Amino acid sequence: MSQYYLSHLKELESEAIFVIREVVAQFEKPALLFSGGKDSIVLAYLSRKAFYPARIPFPLVHIDTGHNFPETMEYRDWLVNELGVKLIVGSVQESIDKGRAKEETGFNASRNALQTVTLLDTIEQYKFDAAMGGARRDEEKARAKERFFSHRDEFGQWDPKNQRPELWNLFNGRKHQGEHFRVFPISNWTEMDVWQYIQSERIPIPKLYYAHQREVIERDGAILSTSPWLKLKPNEIPSIRTVRFRTCGDMPITGAVESTADTIEKIIEEVAASRKTERGTRADDKRSETAMEDRKKSGYF
Amino acid sequence: MNQLLRFTTAGSVDDGKSTLIGRLLYDSKSIFEDQLEAVEASSAKKGFDYVDLSLLTDGLKSEREQGITIDVAYRYFATPKRKFIIADTPGHIQYTRNMVTGASTANLALILIDARKGLVEQTYRHSFIASLLKIPHVIVCVNKMDLVDYQEEVFEKIVNDYKAFSSKLEIHDIQFVPISALAGDNVVNRSEKMDWYQGATLLHMLETVHIESDHNHIDSRFAVQYVVRPQTQSHQDFRGYAGRISGGIFRAGDEILVLPSGFTSKIKSIQVGEEVIEQAFAPMSVTITLEDEIDISRGDIIAKPNNHPQSEQDVDVMLCWMNQRAVNLNTKFFVRHTTKEVKGVLKEIQYKLDINSLQRLENVDQLTMNDIARVKIRTAQPLAFDSYRKNRITGSIILVDEGTNETVAAGMIV
Ligand SMILES: Nc1nc2c(ncn2[C@@H]2O[C@H](COP(=O)(O)OP(=O)(O)OP(=O)(O)O)[C@@H](O)[C@H]2O)c(=O)[nH]1
Ligand SMILES: [Mg+2]
Repeated sequence: MSQYYLSHLKELESEAIFVIREVVAQFEKPALLFSGGKDSIVLAYLSRKAFYPARIPFPLVHIDTGHNFPETMEYRDWLVNELGVKLIVGSVQESIDKGRAKEETGFNASRNALQTVTLLDTIEQYKFDAAMGGARRDEEKARAKERFFSHRDEFGQWDPKNQRPELWNLFNGRKHQGEHFRVFPISNWTEMDVWQYIQSERIPIPKLYYAHQREVIERDGAILSTSPWLKLKPNEIPSIRTVRFRTCGDMPITGAVESTADTIEKIIEEVAASRKTERGTRADDKRSETAMEDRKKSGYF
Repeated sequence: MNQLLRFTTAGSVDDGKSTLIGRLLYDSKSIFEDQLEAVEASSAKKGFDYVDLSLLTDGLKSEREQGITIDVAYRYFATPKRKFIIADTPGHIQYTRNMVTGASTANLALILIDARKGLVEQTYRHSFIASLLKIPHVIVCVNKMDLVDYQEEVFEKIVNDYKAFSSKLEIHDIQFVPISALAGDNVVNRSEKMDWYQGATLLHMLETVHIESDHNHIDSRFAVQYVVRPQTQSHQDFRGYAGRISGGIFRAGDEILVLPSGFTSKIKSIQVGEEVIEQAFAPMSVTITLEDEIDISRGDIIAKPNNHPQSEQDVDVMLCWMNQRAVNLNTKFFVRHTTKEVKGVLKEIQYKLDINSLQRLENVDQLTMNDIARVKIRTAQPLAFDSYRKNRITGSIILVDEGTNETVAAGMIV
């Protein structure tokens, strides 16, 4: 093999850094949408690499459902301090209090969909013209269709049937007043790439990803953590199990997996052997065949 | 070290591109249980008596309704030998721009041909686009062999027809394989129905095609993307040029030339994040510092004094027009080249190509959607470019409409 050849991880890293720098160069007010999950954590670390030794020249924006795992919040605050970056929080609770969003009711109630309102309001309030996210194309079939630079109209909507051609690495971020872009620097990464990168770069991650003991219930095949926001049905008796999370979302709808993987090495082994996608544990995608496409069209992450 | 191969599908509507990708993922065990269950359920809902593997990539509502691909879908899989990024593109002529999107970053194209139909207009068009985009490797998959009784003669005839046509194109590495995407013959597993075929399976070809020399490691080129100026206590005077190497090798100590200014200096350091490295090559994203304080900004090209691109305002281009609205002479655009954006005007249309015959049509003053033409563009400021043949990055441009901001054309510099 030639000595001038990059490993696949280095090539993906280089592509992501290129995209992040393009965003800062092409837009006036970019932001990084930070969920506290491993993908947005990797994005934050890639951003640090992209501009080192300067600070990351954009804020992290957290759309806070108010239904967070405490571990996520603890990690978020640690990271903001570690990277010396500004944090902006958009609160779903505030959107509800202001009457902008309406809380769902019932056993499977979730604030996941409500995030769209808060996200679009936050983008408008701070006049962000580019919002970077850690979404990956391998996560979901509608995401598999997304461009790196994804145009949003003045209502924040995505038009999947009429996306701009995106050639080579020539990203076209031109837009009219009021429109914005969503940008996905790690589009081409798989779940495995993210874990391998976390391992090779020694990136600290929230404790949730490692196997731990937790009080959970089982509902429709999903293992859910008990929390003040999970309404239990009469026959649902919580029990303590050893679990970990493959994704970190809204607490009442993010499913855990039974696991004893308590190191990155073991997590990687587990991901390699897994027969289900990571989103297979998320109730929000199971609502309909095109749940993700529908949410994305209206402005979701 | 695992290598990355990016490949794209091409060919006419319904030739079986999406089914093939589904098959490749399925037989290489890259499909997860929940994905398969979802596809089985959708197939049953549609009343099919088989699992429609194209539903694995056709993810949009309108695609699933119509059973066609509209936009590129990206899929990923790995074998112990390589990691693959697949762009599954649409065959329908109306969505050629999306095919070009998927193909522009590919090292390899799978061109599908329906064994019953042989070469059709989209086969010519997509093959021509693949050759224009200088995709270094092509594998022609003669698909639906199950529908022609797996006959060797059918395969041989298509191979010969394709060779006759492709001799007029610039594709250097072509392989052929007879397959059935639906039944799985010769995709991952060797077919038991085609004893007469002695060649490799498609997956084997994908795992072994030689891609080490696909990047240009001779002509050093670096487009400045962003100037890093920390202005902090600890890095008072740091001024770094961030960007991605588009060709050649850069080392600390190298003499460099900046275009368009013509200033020269020496490389002081190259780094990736905190890590200082000795040399950088394509496609690495790095930050370079120089010995001298010279005026450099985004869009400037760093090269070597004895090997640098030409810097000119008149650019000869092979242009793919991708917008519904036709374009006339003297129309103005934004031209995007590497990290630079300048204004430009369509000065001349030298000829337009007839895709089927590859004949040149002269005296043309308008281009319509999906036209491919040789044109001259005049830019407001000079661009430092190479020919696309020499470098796919410093040799490519896009045109952006001044009013709608849409990307309306892709251009390869001649
Ligand atoms: N018998 C047979 N049918 C096939 C084969 N491959 C694909 N098909 C069928 O051909 C039809 C079209 O397949 P697709 O995979 O959607 O075709 P495509 O090339 O992706 O089409 P577009 O993306 O719309 O251009 C489907 O009904 C497939 O089941 C094959 O090898 N044998
Ligand atoms: Mg298709």
